[in-house]
Amino acid sequence: MILEGKTWKYGDNVDTDVIIPARHLTTADPKELAVHCMEDIDAAFAVNVQPGDIIVAERNFGCGSSREHAPLAIKGSGVTCVVADSFARIFYRNAINIGLPLLELGSDAKKIQAGDTLRVDLAKGIVENITRGEAFQAQPLPGFIQEIAQAGGLVSYVSGVRK
Amino acid sequence: MAMTMTEKILASHAGLESVQAGQLIKAKVDVVLGNDITSPPAIAEFNKIGRPVFDKDKIVLVPDHFIPNKDIKSAQMAKTLREFAHEHDITNYFEVGRMGIEHVLLPEEGLVVPGEVIIGADSHTCTYGAVGAFATGVGSTDMGAAMATGDTWFKVPSAIQVNITGSMPKYVCGKDVILTLIGMIGVDGARYQSLEFTGPGIANLSMTDRLTIANMAIECGAKNGIFPIDGVTIAYLNGRTKKTYQAVSADSDAIYTRKIDIDLSDLTPVVALPHLPENVKAVRELPEISIDQVVIGSCTNGRIEDLKQAAVIMSGKSVHPKVRTIIIPGSQAVYLEALEKGYISTFIKAGAVVSTPTCGPCLGGYMGILAAGEKAVTTTNRNFKGRMGHVDSEVYLTGPAVAAASAITGRICGPEEMVK
Ligand code: SF4
Repeated sequence: MILEGKTWKYGDNVDTDVIIPARHLTTADPKELAVHCMEDIDAAFAVNVQPGDIIVAERNFGCGSSREHAPLAIKGSGVTCVVADSFARIFYRNAINIGLPLLELGSDAKKIQAGDTLRVDLAKGIVENITRGEAFQAQPLPGFIQEIAQAGGLVSYVSGVRK
Repeated sequence: MAMTMTEKILASHAGLESVQAGQLIKAKVDVVLGNDITSPPAIAEFNKIGRPVFDKDKIVLVPDHFIPNKDIKSAQMAKTLREFAHEHDITNYFEVGRMGIEHVLLPEEGLVVPGEVIIGADSHTCTYGAVGAFATGVGSTDMGAAMATGDTWFKVPSAIQVNITGSMPKYVCGKDVILTLIGMIGVDGARYQSLEFTGPGIANLSMTDRLTIANMAIECGAKNGIFPIDGVTIAYLNGRTKKTYQAVSADSDAIYTRKIDIDLSDLTPVVALPHLPENVKAVRELPEISIDQVVIGSCTNGRIEDLKQAAVIMSGKSVHPKVRTIIIPGSQAVYLEALEKGYISTFIKAGAVVSTPTCGPCLGGYMGILAAGEKAVTTTNRNFKGRMGHVDSEVYLTGPAVAAASAITGRICGPEEMVK
């Protein structure tokens, strides 16, 4: 699958408390969560994010609480993919499980700036920065995780494959 | 092939002779845990799969985060959890009045034992590494799927060896050990890895210290933190658990990616400054920082030994007039014991508030939310921006003795000041 979109750029250690603060955890509806997504570090995000946009961050994106509400909020805001230097492990699992694609890009993530337009080839793990004419190769997803991602998440995978 | 403790436990639960770091496996789980925030989405996913629960004795459901219900929406979530528990006849559902903060409650009830694989839809599930189990946090979908299948997938983590020697000086506690370690390696220093604690110093750490240390393994990104099974573990489990268990130990030639030495005798009380648990400084090196609130409790430091440390400091003293002090025993059993030992009356006489067990303020839920510009000293585990309230508030993480001393003086200070 090829995704193309404008980027929102964040730094190191973006934690799930700022992706979606606990005060909004009285719902698990992605659309309701999306209204508050990132509000504690970037009030402009929820207001201006467009369907198809891509989040790019640096090290340890999604650290902290295991709340699946964090990838749900991002997905609910219309973001199609998150690219980062590295991800915290529970966030990584959760995103795969709910069908939010992720790509781990290592330190190349630093070279992408806010507002750049990216073209992302998920299967090949290639991130092309159209604005700057650069291309980067991400770590490919392990085969088994690709299967979960292709099934559209863990529940479809479990219901389909293992019945 | 030589294996770490984590590798051995994962191999046995995957039905394999051996596993190695990086390998993807499917493993059976012994306990699946959820709370009032993470379970409702897990239940929705579980229902989509359309199978019965894999084992009603192996699912543990604890309403603790927004409990007793803080508002109508949290009441609805708690109701979802309660009705699911009743419908599926879940053995270990803990109603208000019998509950505690999940990671205080499960070890206390003997529901987690050595050698088990435990997943919980809560990042601090890693706490149970203290009793020698492989325990890790997952999301709601993982929890929902595991409630149906009884298994889950893991990537076997590589391991960091934390070699502990010496014994802790007075006023140093488990919290100082783990904060010091996080300060050394950073909030992603153990990302995707296992922290395996070894060394002669472990014998000098109580189960309370170990639970606090394992609890915060996630704060340096670790998948799990695990302690060897020794006399302290067995003494803790005796009379507490009905489960049988097998002691697992690491092979002497197990492979670690890194070794970190911590001499407990070198430690001093520390504090993690806002807004990351890695911003660790010795309390005595801090400038004067006046505070508005103190919280003593949580899954990190809400056990009886923690309350005792605070009570010793606060006994016969008064909370500073500008400070609100909130004490939250981690479970009903801790609450009762604190009452019987006189700690509760010490706290109330000192001018503190004592609450029923709840996560409440730890995650900015309720029972002590911070206003803009306010500063809190707390014994919880996270000081991210906005964690306990307004985005412009500040959270300073410490152990119970420092928190209690700071409540009295109104500024962050070490417990030695109290006894001068
Ligand atoms: S006390 Fe805090 S960290 Fe522990 S389970 Fe509750 S919210 Fe999470």
